[in-house]
Amino acid sequence: MFDKNAKPSPRRQDQLDRYKRLVERMSPNSQMGKGLLRAYWLGGAICAFGQFLQEAGKMWLGMNNTAAGTFCSTVLVFLTALLTGIGVWDRIGQYAGAGAFVPITGFANAVVSPAIEFRREGLVLGLGAKLFTIAGPVLVWGVSASVIVGIIYAIWPW
Amino acid sequence: MLWSLTKAFLVGGAICTIGQVLVLKTKVTPARILVGYIVTGVILSALGLYGPLAEFAGAGATVPLTGFGHALTNGVKKAVQEIGFMGAFTGGLTSTAAGIAAAVFFGAITALVFKPRPK
Repeated sequence: MFDKNAKPSPRRQDQLDRYKRLVERMSPNSQMGKGLLRAYWLGGAICAFGQFLQEAGKMWLGMNNTAAGTFCSTVLVFLTALLTGIGVWDRIGQYAGAGAFVPITGFANAVVSPAIEFRREGLVLGLGAKLFTIAGPVLVWGVSASVIVGIIYAIWPW
Repeated sequence: MLWSLTKAFLVGGAICTIGQVLVLKTKVTPARILVGYIVTGVILSALGLYGPLAEFAGAGATVPLTGFGHALTNGVKKAVQEIGFMGAFTGGLTSTAAGIAAAVFFGAITALVFKPRPK
């Protein structure tokens, strides 16, 4: 009934071309804009919440700057672990992309999620090893870069 | 407090948006973006560019992973000032210990408590 090789009529072809151009013009931009907006507002909201935690720690819990910073990252990591455990974080991650994984919440999720997934392969080589699937590379390159900076700094302090 | 939250929102959001541009425009995987953010943070901090941003934006600059790199560099510089050359090896992990220990600890606990769910 439908011949795949049959060419559409010129008029139909014109319609198809116009539609294709329309799709090309509309979709990448709007998708891009939406993705960026989502990343911006959720990423910003996570950071603002972190700022709130720091100030709350200083104001009400009598913490100094260092303790408040630690408090902020610990609470964010804890909440992410919890949300990952109950399966909500996946949806947040899909919604906001980099807005969810660029803050420290992304580091926490990268630790928790493989740990849960590979739990069945055992506590040592499953959970224990796979926990570092993404955190491992992050630590390897982060710590190595900082050691290089430290060595340079020890020789030529600026 | 409202102004500091706004600053954190604006700067933190912008840093995340840069990551989203990388996700949408290139084929870089999220894991590489994370590593790239940390190393970028270490370098920017060493060049003295990240400190002022962290001063201005607070958690907006320290909560994104570039802030993790900033903490590594800060720790290393402080340790070198205190104990000399060997500080290059102790400072980074000292200053980021809380974040790492929290992630490892809560990660392990969560994995023990929750079952993997079908995707």
